[in-house]
Amino acid sequence: MPLPPGLVETKIDPLFALRGITKRFGAVIANDHSDLDIFRGEIHALLGENGAGKSTLMKILYGFYRMDEGEILYQGKPVQIRTPQNALELQIGMVFQNLNLIPAMTVAENITLFLRDLPAVYQPRQVSERIREFSRQYGLEVNPDALVSQLSIGEQQKVEIIKLLLSNARLLILDEPTRVLAPHEAESLFQVLDRLRHSNYSIILITHKLKDVLRCADRITVLRAGKVVSSILGSEATQEKLISMMFDKEVTTRVIRQGQASLAVEKPLLQLVKVSTQGEGAAASLVGIDLEIYPGEIVGIAGVSGNGQKELGDVVLGMEHIIQGRKLLFGRDYTRKSIGQTRKDGVSFIPENPLSMATVPFMTVLENMVLTNTRRYARAGGLKVDWQAVQQDMQKALGRFGFSFSPYTLAKSLSGGNLQRLIIARELAHDPKLIIASYLTSGLDVQSATIARQALLNARDEGAGVLLISEDLDELFTLSDRLIVLFDGRIAGEFNPAETDTYTVGHLMTGS
Amino acid sequence: MTTLTQIHSKITWINKKPVQEVLRYLAIFLVAFILFGIILWLAGKNPIEAIYDTLVYTLGTPGGFSEVIVKMIPLLFTAIAVALPSRVGLINVGAEGQLYIGALTAASAALALPDLPAWALLPLMAGAGLLGGALWAFIPVWLRARGLVNETISTLLMNYIAPAIVSFFVYGPLRATGVASAPQTPDFSLSARLPAFFGTRIHLGLIIGLLILGIYWYVMKYTRWGLEMRAVGGNPQSARRNGIPISLYLILAMCIGGAIAGLAGMSEISGIHARLRPNFSPGFGYTGFLINWLAFGDPLGILLMSFIIAIITSGGDILQLSQGLPYAVLNILLAITLYVVLAKPSFFERKKA
Repeated sequence: MPLPPGLVETKIDPLFALRGITKRFGAVIANDHSDLDIFRGEIHALLGENGAGKSTLMKILYGFYRMDEGEILYQGKPVQIRTPQNALELQIGMVFQNLNLIPAMTVAENITLFLRDLPAVYQPRQVSERIREFSRQYGLEVNPDALVSQLSIGEQQKVEIIKLLLSNARLLILDEPTRVLAPHEAESLFQVLDRLRHSNYSIILITHKLKDVLRCADRITVLRAGKVVSSILGSEATQEKLISMMFDKEVTTRVIRQGQASLAVEKPLLQLVKVSTQGEGAAASLVGIDLEIYPGEIVGIAGVSGNGQKELGDVVLGMEHIIQGRKLLFGRDYTRKSIGQTRKDGVSFIPENPLSMATVPFMTVLENMVLTNTRRYARAGGLKVDWQAVQQDMQKALGRFGFSFSPYTLAKSLSGGNLQRLIIARELAHDPKLIIASYLTSGLDVQSATIARQALLNARDEGAGVLLISEDLDELFTLSDRLIVLFDGRIAGEFNPAETDTYTVGHLMTGS
Repeated sequence: MTTLTQIHSKITWINKKPVQEVLRYLAIFLVAFILFGIILWLAGKNPIEAIYDTLVYTLGTPGGFSEVIVKMIPLLFTAIAVALPSRVGLINVGAEGQLYIGALTAASAALALPDLPAWALLPLMAGAGLLGGALWAFIPVWLRARGLVNETISTLLMNYIAPAIVSFFVYGPLRATGVASAPQTPDFSLSARLPAFFGTRIHLGLIIGLLILGIYWYVMKYTRWGLEMRAVGGNPQSARRNGIPISLYLILAMCIGGAIAGLAGMSEISGIHARLRPNFSPGFGYTGFLINWLAFGDPLGILLMSFIIAIITSGGDILQLSQGLPYAVLNILLAITLYVVLAKPSFFERKKA
């Protein structure tokens, strides 16, 4: 692999060198003879679409998976990394997509649990002191005595990073760190990473967001279908160049949007009248929400996570109990109607986490396709299920998007991106009248995300109403006909996306 | 118990071949018997002889064999009573209590209307038994569906109440007059007794039990309701978001389970005892619980396991006589079997990873 000339001169030995790493899962090759060099003091982005092998490669380096072939060199010497403990001994630390903190414990306690060089009787104050020290030095402000359950996702991520720093990691691997962050949180994360780089830490950023990569990476390695395509310097990268490296063929990220929504002429599909809810525990409460969605429009909901977007989607579906106010769907009162009834009457729901919120992991793909509407395929009053009809409908639904799955694989064996594709296909299959889409494109690569967005726009053009919940402001601005900002469970503002900018919206999102 | 449910939900017998299943259960018992043999050997007994005696007595003689079938009947019912709620993720430890209450309501019907002909009285008793078991199961599951009390604890605790209620009635209002020594109800009329076959004690309960097992299998495998119940058990959150009425399924599954346990009580007192006695069940509900978790809710497994467990419990008597072993060694064998079964899925998981 050719190295950029600048790097060869200044940092001759890589800190870690991965050589010819191959990893197979059954017949699937996740990594195919991949080489990778990691230098001191660099932010190295691993870029690729879903299933390109980024996470697998890093989990091999972290000792989470064993490689089938290849070797890992640490400062030029071969090393064996069999477990995450081995990796920590080599000063490698990883922050996973799903943060692993214990909510009922304080920040300091969570971090203490992770420290291995602690005496049997330890001084909590010393640990807190060390946490404060690192916090100050790298701009990772967290209160060591706060309970993790009270922290936002962004703060929890900072705790994970401090945890690694305190355990002496010098190489930090971050798996899709910006996936759950609001724009300003992501920016503050990048600032932290900048500071760490200046202190000679190495950082690997696994991502499929081009914007993140272009913002902060010193070097970018693109993976495609398990192979390393090539590495380029961050300063030489452009969006077009990266996309053409990530995909074989030219892909378009543009979606076609026709005309403006024709409001007022028709009756609203959804009307929320002064709806309030009571959030349990850490969940947000909605306060006096007034919202209408008309046929043929996409209403975008912007907000930093934890400000009531999830609850708003759940209220419309019927998951969340309304303590005050009324919900009308299609002109009728649905305040107390069941989810089953709501769905049957034409409401679809694409949740943010398809594995835990939309599928049954130990059922096949085919069985999962039926779950939202078993009555439709029931024959003889429910004594039989017409699986042939299910299969035909499934092929049709998937075909619309160019997706395909084997009907008899278990849902749990699909990757996150594939599950999301499956759920999008299922939820849009039967021409829903109202679609609630929560983080529609989370976990999807550029290509699939474009397909999903286009599908939503098509549904809108055919007269469906869409409630689009997202933290991706670009997505909201491209797709929405109207944009609503939620802050602290209240509607903080409503905009026509053409007449506003991310700056204004961002301010309202953060309550400033 | 959560680990039990987790393991349970991983076993999808729905798509497995019966031959594999039978081989699997035979293998489990082979391993369990070998371990049991080692324990007998350590205790200074001859394991081969002990196991040989057991098998000859239970399978080799018509009388012994028919007693095995008689012991198997209530176990079939109680195992299904545990299996059905387990499909929606409920752990019904309460089959024992449901069985007692079902027996009480069935006995009340038999004693209240002794002069009805059999074709009317038996269905009436069955209905009363079903209703009694269902009501006893409704209390814990209603509390569970409201999100108030965990059903594992409440069904277990209610097992201590039900026999006491039965005792109250048998010592009190329902007690047979003139029989001072034995606390029991008067004998049922002839029309309140389930017919028996072949001059043995095997009664109609066997056919009913097998029929219910067949219905359970069909509903789970082929119907819309089975599909929805598996979804509720597999991932309640998804099921709820997908519009499946999960509270309704929880209540229905548990109440039908309780009803089947109640029917077990009816079939025991009607087919075997012909009267209601306190403490007439030697823990059929608990053994049914064990059988279901050994079989992971698989109907074929329930059938095989009930049969084998019936052999083991019948064998207890003979071991006591021929080898001078305490009856409690049977508990060792049952426990070993459970361990062998529970150890297996995680063993295979590790291999895959």
